[in-house]
Amino acid sequence: MKTEIKNKPSVKKKEDELISGADLLVELLIKEDVKTIFGYPGGAVLPIYDALYRSDQDFKHVLSRHEQGSIFAAEGYARVTGKPGVVLATSGPGATNLITGITDAMMDSLPLVIFTGQVSKSVIGTDAFQEADLLGITTPITKYNYQVDDVRELPRVIREAFHIATTGRPGPVVIDFPKNIAEGISNVNYDTTIDLPGYQPTLTPNPLQIVKLLEALSKSEKPVILAGAGVQFAQASKELLEFAEKYELPVVNTLHGLGNFPGSHPLSLGMGGMHGTYTANNALYDCDLLINIGARFDDRLTGNLERFAQKAKVAHIDIDPAEIGKNVPTELPIVADAKRALKALLKTEVDMPDHGVWKETINKNKEEFPLWYNESEDFISPQWLMKKIHELSDGEAIVTTDVGQHQMWTAQFYTLDKPNRWVTSGGLGSMGFGLPSAIGAQFGKPDDLVISISGDGGFQMNLQELILLKQWNLPIKVFILNNAALGMVRQWQESFYEERYSESLLDMNPDFVKIAESYGIKGMKIRKEDQVEDALKEVFAYDGPVLVDFRIVRSEKVYPMIAPGKGINEMVGVTKCSES
Amino acid sequence: MQRIITLTVQNRSGVLNRVTGMLYRRQFNIESISVGATETKGISKITLVVEVSDPRKIEQLTKQLNKQIDVIKVSDITDKATVARELALIKVSSSPQLNSEIQGLIQPFRASVIDISKGSITIQVTGKPDKTEALIALLRPYGIKEIAKTGVTAFLRGQQPQEGASTESTLFSV
Repeated sequence: MKTEIKNKPSVKKKEDELISGADLLVELLIKEDVKTIFGYPGGAVLPIYDALYRSDQDFKHVLSRHEQGSIFAAEGYARVTGKPGVVLATSGPGATNLITGITDAMMDSLPLVIFTGQVSKSVIGTDAFQEADLLGITTPITKYNYQVDDVRELPRVIREAFHIATTGRPGPVVIDFPKNIAEGISNVNYDTTIDLPGYQPTLTPNPLQIVKLLEALSKSEKPVILAGAGVQFAQASKELLEFAEKYELPVVNTLHGLGNFPGSHPLSLGMGGMHGTYTANNALYDCDLLINIGARFDDRLTGNLERFAQKAKVAHIDIDPAEIGKNVPTELPIVADAKRALKALLKTEVDMPDHGVWKETINKNKEEFPLWYNESEDFISPQWLMKKIHELSDGEAIVTTDVGQHQMWTAQFYTLDKPNRWVTSGGLGSMGFGLPSAIGAQFGKPDDLVISISGDGGFQMNLQELILLKQWNLPIKVFILNNAALGMVRQWQESFYEERYSESLLDMNPDFVKIAESYGIKGMKIRKEDQVEDALKEVFAYDGPVLVDFRIVRSEKVYPMIAPGKGINEMVGVTKCSES
Repeated sequence: MQRIITLTVQNRSGVLNRVTGMLYRRQFNIESISVGATETKGISKITLVVEVSDPRKIEQLTKQLNKQIDVIKVSDITDKATVARELALIKVSSSPQLNSEIQGLIQPFRASVIDISKGSITIQVTGKPDKTEALIALLRPYGIKEIAKTGVTAFLRGQQPQEGASTESTLFSV
């Protein structure tokens, strides 16, 4: 991978030297340890791009081919590194092209710092060329946002933005940057203090609540842990494993939690929710103590709330107090960082009643109702393909997806044993997320194998980003699960709309191999299962980007499933013969 | 049910938009809102009267307000001893003959006449919303031409009743 740039000597700016707002911005980004910026230039950010051009710092700017590509890449970067993803776009359309990504990062709690250009202060409010009210537009979809009023504010604004984005429950912060501020001249003065009296995230758990939870544990015969993304944000996988093993507690993962507890561990029940495992959902339904660690009880996880964990005492550990009790009544709220809460729980030992019967039930369910799929003669079975990809990449890859069937099959069959290797659009469910987020993930982890998995629909939403694989020689493996359909839409139309396939069949698709080739990337088309193994071996042995168009069974559906409005105990398609 | 909530906020640009936008997005209905400066520079106070149908949502409401980065403090003072006031301006149809009758009528409310013209009389009243409502009801038969209200502003009384002591201080009864 040729992503290294030469280390240029850093020129220390002297105090009281006059520099422009744009130059100051670049200096402040260096100070925040930013190494990579995902962006796209335009009129209002010309001074900033000029400052980047003139900067002698060790700094990468990744030029996407659409601003949505920039921000999805920044999300991928943030997800695998835990560091903030930084985005730069111009005013007006540049900034509005970021909206989906900002919302996506907000829903999935990803730390992003986004700089949007803005027209000069003197013309703000006059409907100037490429003016858009970015503060107004992004207020409901950011953790916080700023418009820089005065170049002297810049050090404080940037320090605060990075602080807000990365602490507490992470999230996106937008800084709207009027052009005159970038051009304004100021003294270099980095000294700044954060002024945020209303923002003090609670990290340490209330000891009394920890005692209460341990007490509940000491009375529980059917305990279960639900582990969400809060666990990996707090880097608490080790503590989670220790806690689960100490009391032999079964662990259900949310979609975003996958990997924070080893998927192949005997205590892992896999993913819960709409397309989760029967065992996981049954445990959530039947438990008498539910310990939620860093998950937000999303409706795709809980199904019908009236049938969710009704017999259970619910404990919820979350850094965001507003998530506790939002959807599910909670008896044991614990506002804390997951790592600190788990450490506190591990300090004291309690005796638990024997929950052998519970473990037995769970193990029996695991054995009787595993995830299943059909073998296929004509086209490739997508679930089988996922298992093969898992096998031949040693289950060690960073995997990114869009949203839909391929996403659920990946979640089900690419069993992850390590955290921070799973990049998907969960809350917002954005198509076109997989490829750009894989690019960001590869920049974040240059030495790791990155696989981008998309459907034929979602891939076409951001395929322009393919050129970055060529340009930066990113060895990403781009897999398209091609069923010539918007698979999940098609599936719901088949199941709930009497097979009226309204606008969900993509009978006219481009030749994806030729697309890859036109971007200077190796392309392959695989139609049969007996070609898969050799193809995958070739792909993983190849040192460079590859795109593979896998022709999968068109009518294949994601099972098992909780139908909309149904309870978590009402899964359909649990076994092969119960399909439909 | 109505909740009366006071917010202490950092007076940064857009703070009112953040608060009302969040309430709108999360389907809370604002009955009234008033904003003003406090004794501390850079700190403002917002008084919100919000209609909340589901008691479970009250907790969400205060938590979501607290989550706003510019919000320093949230107090649900609905069940506390408070002083709460709003100001209403009421323009009523009148005539020289009726003017003194109306003036007599408003006297117990400690309201005042602030403008008289040929066909109308304008009254200013300050108090809790139930008081202004009562006065409006009384004036209605004369023909109300226009009403403007400021919305409630409120804070806690200097002394709160002892815990356990019976408090009759419902929303606007003190």
